Amino acid sequence: MISQSSESIASVVQIPDDNIADIGNYKSNSLWRLTLRRLFRQRSAQVGMVMLGLLVFTAVFAPIIAPYDPARVIEDANGRIKVRQAPCIHLLGCPADQSQHIFGTDGNGRDQFSRILYGARVSLRIGVTVITAAVLIGTVMGAIAGYAGGWLDNLLMRGTDIILAFPFFLLAIALVFVLGPSLENAMVAIAIVSIPTYARVVRATVLSLRETDYVEASRALGASSWRILFGRILPNALPPLIVLATLGIATAILDTAALSFLGLGAQEPTAEWGTMLGRERNQIFSAPHLVIIPGIAISITVLAFNLLGDGLRDALDPRLVHGKGSK
Amino acid sequence: MIQYTVRRMLLAIPVLLAILIVVFLLARAVPGDPCKSILGEKATAETCERFTKIHGLDKPVPVQLAIYMSNMLRGDFGDSIRFKRPVLLMLAERLPMTIELGMAAMTLALLVGIPAGILSAVRRNSAIDVVTMFGANIGVSLPVFFLGLLLIYLFAVVLRDTPFSLPPSGRLSPGITPTPFFVYYELAVEPNTGKFYLYQFIAKLYILNSILTSDWVVLKDTLRHLILPSIALATIPLAIIARMTRSSMLEILGLDYIRTAKAKGLPQRMVIMKHSFRNALLPIVTIAGLQMAAILGGAVLTETIFSLPGVGLSVYEAITARDFPVIQGFVLVIAFIYVSFNLIVDLSYAILDPRIRLD
Repeated sequence: MISQSSESIASVVQIPDDNIADIGNYKSNSLWRLTLRRLFRQRSAQVGMVMLGLLVFTAVFAPIIAPYDPARVIEDANGRIKVRQAPCIHLLGCPADQSQHIFGTDGNGRDQFSRILYGARVSLRIGVTVITAAVLIGTVMGAIAGYAGGWLDNLLMRGTDIILAFPFFLLAIALVFVLGPSLENAMVAIAIVSIPTYARVVRATVLSLRETDYVEASRALGASSWRILFGRILPNALPPLIVLATLGIATAILDTAALSFLGLGAQEPTAEWGTMLGRERNQIFSAPHLVIIPGIAISITVLAFNLLGDGLRDALDPRLVHGKGSK
Repeated sequence: MIQYTVRRMLLAIPVLLAILIVVFLLARAVPGDPCKSILGEKATAETCERFTKIHGLDKPVPVQLAIYMSNMLRGDFGDSIRFKRPVLLMLAERLPMTIELGMAAMTLALLVGIPAGILSAVRRNSAIDVVTMFGANIGVSLPVFFLGLLLIYLFAVVLRDTPFSLPPSGRLSPGITPTPFFVYYELAVEPNTGKFYLYQFIAKLYILNSILTSDWVVLKDTLRHLILPSIALATIPLAIIARMTRSSMLEILGLDYIRTAKAKGLPQRMVIMKHSFRNALLPIVTIAGLQMAAILGGAVLTETIFSLPGVGLSVYEAITARDFPVIQGFVLVIAFIYVSFNLIVDLSYAILDPRIRLD
């Protein structure tokens, strides 16, 4: 019956041909399109995206760019291991008979440059994996808490309260000790302490929209709770989640590197920047490049995500319309 | 206001209780045998049995928890398994270091961050603004441990033989020992009493102690040792506070009443400080309070790098050595400081904005 009536409507309402052509050319001003346009116009976001692009490029092509295997111990002509050699760059006057090590060699005689390149893989993977997990779990927790309400809401939110009552990093250290020091466990610890932020944002969105008219309308049309929650309410939580997640990746990389620095994260021989820096930290007096270069690598990666996150925040903020933003 | 304060303080009790239970369970969930990790791998089954009995580790966990809580209410945090000393005494000796470091870092972050943010907002899009915000972005991205080592390299290696050189580690230079104020004033105190702990605590606040005993050599040396660690620890909070100040000020500066204030010819200083800043303060206080977490967490890294015998380093060492009583006592105190700070921030809202009614 229903399909019959809609057919009959289509035959009655004639849509002019030229209108259809218009629709083909029409560029919708959807939130995402607007955001992208604004994002590309922003200085800080541009810089962040370029830096991030370079990092991803480095990570993907590390095996091609890197002159050495990051785990290979390098020996000189006499078979001695080249421990903590100063950088040797042929273009800058390093004798051609010596092998080139742009960033020198580390305490185990491995090529520092190759290890830095491979480190980009590790750090990007850490940031993205940790935050993806935290956002997914946080979203589900927040959505359930906000939509169900009652004791479930209370239970979940008191749980996040307890996590938030600790200084973030201290709790992460304690968790890693319980789980045992390893890169995977450091990532789990950082993910756990990150969850409350996302859970709260999602819960707040769900609470504010649960009783709105359009949700009510959906319910009246017979949409299931699942469909209302994931199809109608949660898309509204996406803009703040994207901003928080981008900035969260920066924090996650920073904190995992800090755990690795303390010896609680990535273990040898993984080429992780925090571990590399931590193991050579006493060489700050004798071979400072082994400390400074991994440090700069971490800072650049964190900076890239911070800049992109800031740009996204400004681009997604409806109060800052068309270039009247803060930057 | 008073009613609200009391209620908030009462509400903090279950939070602290939950923290206590979580810490207690976490400390016991650390894998491995505490006896072996403290007495060494060679400890015999017999000594281990005695060890677990002495420290009550043979009892069920809920019983251990109950014993611990009832002792704590009497002010007994137990003894460190590793050092065989009361945890409370260790706290009295090590908390002062972290308090000095944390306060120095917070002061630095506020004293530099807020003016930088105001200047940035007032001179929006000027060179000062661009440079400040670029600096703030970099500041947020610098890992504490990297910045600390960088500062050591700069001030203890590169500038070693110049007047700008600064000590890279410790609280005091070798050879300099402060006289505790209770010795200086010849105050009688019996060891291992509450008063003794309190005196120890004050004496270990080197800055306060050296002022009390007018020992300017120690004061200067303490401050010199504090400079690098507090810069390292302050950088991220400073950058965050500067950014928050800027955006909060920008929002206020765009409002109509500021235009009115300018139009009626008020001096710029008054418009900025009294009309704008006062009203921009709320989000700044909120974010500054949140930075306490960064400072307390960062203290672990800062104290490790600069070999400072504070709470952060102690917790880290205690976790590594599985020294349960120390982990529990110290983490609880840190959480207590953090929870109290959040409470102070909440209460300050009512003072900053009279429209906020707390009840």
